[in-house]
Amino acid sequence: MFKIVRREEMAEGTVILNEIEAPAIAKKALPGQFVILKAGEDGERIPLTMAYTDKDNGTITIIYMVVGKSTELFKELQVGDSFTDVIGPLGKATHLEKLGKVICVGGGTGVAVLHPITRAMKEIGNDVTCIIGARTKDLLILEEQMTEASHDLRVCTDDGSYGHHGFVTDVMKEVLEQGDVKQVVAIGPVPMMKAVSNITKEFNVPTLVSLNPIMVDGTGMCGGCRVSVAGETKFACVDGPEFDGHQVDYDELMLRLQAYLEDEKKCHNDYCTIRDAQ
Amino acid sequence: MAEKAKKNPRVAMPEQDPQVRARNFLEVPTGYTPKMAQEEAARCLQCKKPACVAGCPVEVDIPGFIDLISQGDITAAIRNLWTKNALPAVCGRVCPQEIQCEGKCIVGKKGEPVAIGNLERFCADYERENGTGELPPKAEATGKKVAVVGSGPSGLTVAGDLILKGHDVTILEAFHKPGGVLVYGIPEFRLPKDIVAQEVNFLERLGVKLECNAVVGRTVSLDELFEEGYDAIYVGVGAGLPRFMNLPGENLVGILSANEYLTRANLMKAYKFPEVDTPIPMGKNVVVLGAGNVAMDAARTAMRLGAENVRVVYRRSREEMPARQAEIHHAEEEGIEMYLLTNPTQYLGNEKGRLTGMECLKMELGEPDDSGRRRPVPIEGSEFHLECDLCIVAVGSGANPLLTSETPDMKLNQWGYVMTEEHSGKTTKKGVWAGGDIVTGAATVILAMGAGREAANSIHDYLTLGW
Ligand SMILES: Cc1cc2nc3c(=O)[nH]c(=O)nc-3n(C[C@H](O)[C@H](O)[C@H](O)COP(=O)(O)OP(=O)(O)OC[C@H]3O[C@@H](n4cnc5c(N)ncnc54)[C@H](O)[C@@H]3O)c2cc1C
Ligand code: SF4
Ligand code: FES
Repeated sequence: MFKIVRREEMAEGTVILNEIEAPAIAKKALPGQFVILKAGEDGERIPLTMAYTDKDNGTITIIYMVVGKSTELFKELQVGDSFTDVIGPLGKATHLEKLGKVICVGGGTGVAVLHPITRAMKEIGNDVTCIIGARTKDLLILEEQMTEASHDLRVCTDDGSYGHHGFVTDVMKEVLEQGDVKQVVAIGPVPMMKAVSNITKEFNVPTLVSLNPIMVDGTGMCGGCRVSVAGETKFACVDGPEFDGHQVDYDELMLRLQAYLEDEKKCHNDYCTIRDAQ
Repeated sequence: MAEKAKKNPRVAMPEQDPQVRARNFLEVPTGYTPKMAQEEAARCLQCKKPACVAGCPVEVDIPGFIDLISQGDITAAIRNLWTKNALPAVCGRVCPQEIQCEGKCIVGKKGEPVAIGNLERFCADYERENGTGELPPKAEATGKKVAVVGSGPSGLTVAGDLILKGHDVTILEAFHKPGGVLVYGIPEFRLPKDIVAQEVNFLERLGVKLECNAVVGRTVSLDELFEEGYDAIYVGVGAGLPRFMNLPGENLVGILSANEYLTRANLMKAYKFPEVDTPIPMGKNVVVLGAGNVAMDAARTAMRLGAENVRVVYRRSREEMPARQAEIHHAEEEGIEMYLLTNPTQYLGNEKGRLTGMECLKMELGEPDDSGRRRPVPIEGSEFHLECDLCIVAVGSGANPLLTSETPDMKLNQWGYVMTEEHSGKTTKKGVWAGGDIVTGAATVILAMGAGREAANSIHDYLTLGW
């Protein structure tokens, strides 16, 4: 069992942070890698990229948005409760290199995944500009941590309630126009990663994205996580989760992410109805 | 003799009615009663040179255990079986007996062979339901530690053998539940999961330690296991890499590998969704590509999940279908249609990226190929459309590189399978053995167990005598 030692609610309770005891995973995990978690005997296996790992205390931290029944169940777990299963570290670690000027772009809970990568980019000597966005000010997460992890933090909100009024891509374009950017890392909702990649392609700047397709095992055994990259089928859990953003077929990914939408909605609604009745 | 065989037919095992079972997940054959078992056992001629034993990959003493059933001593019969086969409840259900023991049985030359598999299953079930559960004696502790990677039939055999020889055994399994293909692949209606769980529990009671959620190659490497103090390692990770057809449109929603489909249905129990949290696509018109056991299992699962029709599409003819005859027969009884000599050429989808059908070509048999089988060749202009909203790809599996790519000093063959010494299972890496599907490619439960037994003997020699 994997005990929760710290729990925080963010973004008005729509985003949850769990720090979990998992010493074997904490020992080996690198930025960019993910774990699969399951709560309860009949729970679903949910992949989440790690936001922090603490080797000394043997813990890993995940930050997730509550979107369906499984994450509702995760949300109910309090400090002292446990996940039934945590498997990892899975996937390839981020390829880190000293390149010079780098932009890290994050949206939604993607910011959590971006954080360890941003910090590592800075630690190996890159000049890191970080651009993070959310729909509105109250939904923004990890502003403080991202400030620390980068040299220059820019914040955007869709409704203008905080920072730049508009999308992360607007600000990114400005930074790109100043020139000399060696790499962009973009992590967030698929449409955001797609928009970022379209722009960086024009500027010819290599771009790394982290994909989150539906997974089952996370070990290359089922093929449920297939994505098309440069016209070839890849298994995101073992070949990724990070890929060359200019080569990813985002439209296919968006459609594949909706495979169980109807089922999930029904399951989630049923669950909430029963819970609220109680 | 022919007369005798007719007069003396095989005792049929009672089965659920096809109409009823096609919509439930309960086991199909319901088992012999003791009386039926004794009647069937009496059909055995007790040959001096039993051909059946030569047909069994682990040389079960078939006339021996059958004679004990005739005498009514089931307790002795199961103990006889256990000396050669640690999982008789499993093998009695899933072994391809028609090409192994039963295929060689003399009675079968003129009539139906003795129902060896059914009798094996009977003994194991009888013991499980009526036995004392008494544990076999264990040798004195040796103080040597063995890690078994993978908890499929191969790993379970190694663990069972070595714990009895007095070693300290830990199984490391990537999934959250032990059993390998026995739990994630083979469906409940063919192999109830309680049986597998009891077999694993038996090993735990003997002292085998079980660590699930341990992905060796990621969570821990083989070298780190040695650093942790293990003296020997057995690698039995199976052939878990799904093959696809590489046809246009393969990433449409509604196309799953059999591995994914069966894992959702079996391991994650998605057939109970939304009672459990993992969903599974409910196809109305289902196509299964391939014709092995895996394809039959997928097709029969789809039928049970409420499909209106399920079609197995296979490019060769009935004779070449690799599935066990019993499974093909069961599938057809349940209403699954066989589209033989049919080759899919592309998947068709709608604007939402969902599968709507496939295009296929009719084939005919041409000249024999390298394997001696007549090669299917397309019939020109025979394209036709098959409407479907779910397609399960069951065209085989390959070697999963997750562990092997992290272990460069363990040599692989050109297909990525681990190279081992014959009859010992030793790999090129010191202190490491391998066996089962990761060595042979997708094969059978009994071959994986046989390899496990040979490796266990070799590991024991190593731990007591040296490499
Ligand atoms: C659907 C289906 C139906 C079948 N039907 C039959 C049948 O009727 N009769 C028959 O004889 N055979 C059948 N087979 C074949 C048979 O199941 C296999 O040959 C047999 O299970 C192989 O055993 P194994 O122990 O080598 O591997 P597996 O059973 O594949 O077990 C390997 C285990 O290792 C684990 N693992 C993998 N990688 C790692 C890692 N890196 N770290 C830790 N653990 C890992 C896996 O999760 C798995 O649990 C069927 C197979 C399938 C898929
Ligand atoms: S293990 Fe398989 S082949 Fe051997 S006797 Fe039993 S059923 Fe026959
Ligand atoms: S999640 Fe199963 S292969 Fe990637």
